[in-house]
Amino acid sequence: MNVQLRDRPQAAASTGIKTAIADCDIHPARATNDELHPFLAKRWHAHLETFGVHPYQGMMGGPPYPKAQPNASRRDAYPPEGGPQGSSLSFMQKQLLDPNNVALGVLNPLNTGQGIRNQDLAAAICSAINDWQIEKWTSKDSRLKGSVVVANEDGVSAAAEIRRRAGDKNFVQVLLLSRNVEPLGQRRYWPIYEAAQEAGLPVGVHAFGFGGNPITASGWPSYYIEEMVGHSQCQQSALASLVLEGVFARFPKLKMVMVEAGFGWAPSLAWRLDKVFSKLHAEVPHLKRKPSEYIRDHIWWTTQPMEDPESRDHLFQVIEWIGWDKLLFATDYPHWDYDEPSRVLPAGVSDANRQAFYLDNAKQLYGIG
Amino acid sequence: MARHVIAPVDELPPGSRKFLEIDGRPIAIFNVKGEFFGLLNRCPHQGAALCEGPLIGLASSSDPGEIEYTKLGEILRCPWHGWEFDIRTGQSYCDPRRFRVRAYPVNVEPGTNLVKGPYVAETIKVAVESDYVVVEL
Amino acid sequence: MTSPIAGGVDCDLHPAVPHLTSLLPYMSDYWRDQVTTRGMTDLVSQSYPTNSPISARPDWRPAQGKPGSSLADLQRQALDPFGTAYGICNPLYGVQMVFSEDMANAFCRALNDWLVKEWLDKDDRLRGSIVIPAQSIEKAVAEIERCAADKRFVQVLMLVMGDMPLGKRHYWPIYAAAERLGLPIGIHAGSAYHNPPTSVGWGSYHIEDYVAQAQAFQTQLTSLIVEGVFARHPNLKMVMLESGFTWLPPFLWRLHKFWRGVRMETPWVDRAPLEIVRSNIRFSLQPVDAPPEGDTLNRLFDHMQSDELILFSTDYPHWQFDGDEVLPNGLSTDLVRKIMIDNPHATYPRLTVKETTP
Repeated sequence: MNVQLRDRPQAAASTGIKTAIADCDIHPARATNDELHPFLAKRWHAHLETFGVHPYQGMMGGPPYPKAQPNASRRDAYPPEGGPQGSSLSFMQKQLLDPNNVALGVLNPLNTGQGIRNQDLAAAICSAINDWQIEKWTSKDSRLKGSVVVANEDGVSAAAEIRRRAGDKNFVQVLLLSRNVEPLGQRRYWPIYEAAQEAGLPVGVHAFGFGGNPITASGWPSYYIEEMVGHSQCQQSALASLVLEGVFARFPKLKMVMVEAGFGWAPSLAWRLDKVFSKLHAEVPHLKRKPSEYIRDHIWWTTQPMEDPESRDHLFQVIEWIGWDKLLFATDYPHWDYDEPSRVLPAGVSDANRQAFYLDNAKQLYGIG
Repeated sequence: MARHVIAPVDELPPGSRKFLEIDGRPIAIFNVKGEFFGLLNRCPHQGAALCEGPLIGLASSSDPGEIEYTKLGEILRCPWHGWEFDIRTGQSYCDPRRFRVRAYPVNVEPGTNLVKGPYVAETIKVAVESDYVVVEL
Repeated sequence: MTSPIAGGVDCDLHPAVPHLTSLLPYMSDYWRDQVTTRGMTDLVSQSYPTNSPISARPDWRPAQGKPGSSLADLQRQALDPFGTAYGICNPLYGVQMVFSEDMANAFCRALNDWLVKEWLDKDDRLRGSIVIPAQSIEKAVAEIERCAADKRFVQVLMLVMGDMPLGKRHYWPIYAAAERLGLPIGIHAGSAYHNPPTSVGWGSYHIEDYVAQAQAFQTQLTSLIVEGVFARHPNLKMVMLESGFTWLPPFLWRLHKFWRGVRMETPWVDRAPLEIVRSNIRFSLQPVDAPPEGDTLNRLFDHMQSDELILFSTDYPHWQFDGDEVLPNGLSTDLVRKIMIDNPHATYPRLTVKETTP
C-alpha cells in the first residue's frame, strides 16, 4: 500500500537551495499579549486592558484596510500548538529555518509600541518587545537576531533604548517603520540616527506604520491593494526626506536598510533626485554630494516582495543599477506575500552575485561572522 | 496509470478534504457538495501547499462596484499569495504572463469575462466505485 | 543629441496668469468686488514658486513678470524653435488651492475664458485645457460642457494632488463628460495642498515637494486602475503631465504582483495593469528622470514595453533641459516621430478639428 493518509500535510519542503542563506525579514508574533507581561511594568497591564494601544488610526484592533489573509499571514503557518502565525519558535524552525538552511534570520517585530500616540506606553512596549525577543527567540536559537524597536516619535526615549541595547549581540539593527508623524528625515528622529551610528547598528526602515497621514498625497484611497502598493511610494518619500534633510551628511557612518518596500523604484528616484538637485541645490546647501551618492553608500534593500518583471533581463538591469552588493534576501515569513528562497532569483546570475544576494551582503552588513 | 483506493465515501463527507501522498506526490482530495476533486498539492507559482487554502467563490464584475459571485466553494485560494484556481480544471485566474513558454492546456469556460493565465494547477481524476473514493494516477 | 522634427505637438506648455487681477475682466461683478474688496492675493502655488530655478529656464526667464506670461516669448522660445504644429496650454494658476467651490468655480471660469481670449485667439497653433473646480462635481461637469463647445479645448486638466484619490467614484461624472466629449483628462504635477504633499507628511523643502510629484502620480495611477475608471470608461484617455515616467515599469511590476493576489477585491480589474496603461494612460516627455546616456534610456523604454506611451513636451517655461536638447539622446527616428506626432494625435482627437467657437 503506497497511500498514506494524514490529517494535515507536512511543512512544504524547500525544493532547491541547500546552501546557507540569510533571511533579513522575519516577523515573530506573540502567541498571546500576555507574553509581554513579564517585561512590562504592572501599571501598563491594566492600562492596555482599559484603553488599548491608542494608535494613529481608528480601529481598536486590526487594520482599517483588511488584509489578504488572516493576520496578513500564510494560512499554512499556524503553529500546531495554536496561536497566530509566527508565534512558535519550534514551528518556525521546522517550516522556515531548517528546510531553507537559514544561517542568519533577522527578526522584525511589527506589532510593537511604534505608531501609537502615548509615548510613555510606546517606550514601555518597545522595551518589553526587545526583552521578549531575547527571551523567546534569540537566546533559544543562535541563528536568529533581533531588531531594537523604539518609540519612534520620541527621539530622546528612542535613543536611550538604543544605547541600552548597544553592544548586545542579540541585536543587529534598530527598526523603524516608514510611516510616521513626519517624514523620516525630520529632526525629531535624529537622536535615533545619532544613537544608532554610535552603537554601530544599521537602521532598518520597514514598510507600514501609522503616523496619521493619508497614504497618498491626495487623501485616503479605497482598497487594500492601494495600501500595499502605496507602501513603496511612502518609502520613496521617506528616503527622499532622509537624503534631502542631510541625515547622511550629518551621520556619515549611518547605514540604513529599506525593508519590504521594493527596490525597483530606487534608480528612478535617485535619477529624479539628482536631476532636481542639479537645479535646486541652493535650497539644501547641507548636502555635500549628489543624492544618488548618499543612496548608493548608505542604503541596503531587502528583496521581498521580489520585483517580478516579465523579463528577467529587466530585473537584472535594475539590480545592476542598484548594485548586487546592496540587496539582502528576505522571505517576510510568515506573511502571505512570502518569497520562497528557491524561486526568487531567476537563472543566469553568477555564483558570486548569488552568494552576495542570499548571504554575504547580510553577514557583512550585520557583522555576523 | 494505477488506481488507488483512497477511502470509503463516508469518510469524505461534503465540505471535507483529505491530504495524502501517492508515490511521493502530495495530493489532496476534496468533496465539494458531493462531487469529488483531486489536485496536486503544490501551487505552480512558488510551490506552496495549495490545497491548504480556503475554497471560495469566483468574484467577477461587468461594472465597477457590481460583483457577481459564482462557483461558490469551487475556487481554491493559495494559502500564500492568494492566487485563485478553479478546482474543476486547475485553471488560474489573473494573467501572470510569465513563463509563457510553458504550454499548459487552457480550458475556456463560458460565462466569465476574466482573463485566464497560463498557470494551471495539476488536477487528478477521482472516481467513486462501490462506495470507495478512487484516484487514478 | 536627438533632433526634433517639425510638425510636432507640444503637450505641456504653461502660459502664466500675470496676476489675479488679470482675471477680473472675466469675472462677474460679485467676484470682481470680492477680489478687490477683500484684497485677495495672487494665487501662486508653492508647487512652482515664481523665482525657483525649476519654474523657468534661465534663458526663458523674462526681465519682468512671471515666466510664461508673454505670448511672444512662448512663440519665440517654445513653438518656433521646435517647429511645433500644435501646443497644448496647461495653465497652472493656483485656482485649485481655494476651499470654496463657489470661488473655485468663478476663478476656473475666468481662467478658461482668459486662456481663450489672451492665448488661443492669438495663435492658431495653441490649444487649451479646461481647468475645473474639482471641489464640486456638478460645477466641474458644467464647466467642461461649457468650454467643450470650443473645439480648441482638447483636454480637461486636474492636479495630481487634490482632496481625494482620483479614481474615487465621486469623480466619475467628470470622466463620463470627458469621454463623451472626446477630451482626455490631463493630470498635472502640483498640489492643491489640501493634504500633506507626501504620503508620510510635510517635508521641509521645495525640492522635496517636487520630488514627491512622482510618488503622487504613482498612487493616482493605482487608484485610477483599481477603482475601475477604465472598465467603466474604456475610451477615456488620461495623460500624466510633468510626471516623469521612468518610475512606471517597477511601479507596474509591484501593482501587477499584488493584483494577482488580491484580484478578488476589485474584480472589475480584469486585465493586467500594464494592459490598462497601454490602452488608456499616456505620459508627457519632460522631465526625463534618467541619466543622460542614451543606453540607459533605451533600456527604460524597453522596460516600458511600448513606444506609444510618451507624448512630446517641453514643459515650457519650466527648466527641464537646456538649449534645444528637448529629446533625450539615442532615440530612434521612428520613436521620435511617434513621440512628437503619432502618439499625441492618437491621444487628442480634437487636435485637428479646425472649427472654433460657434
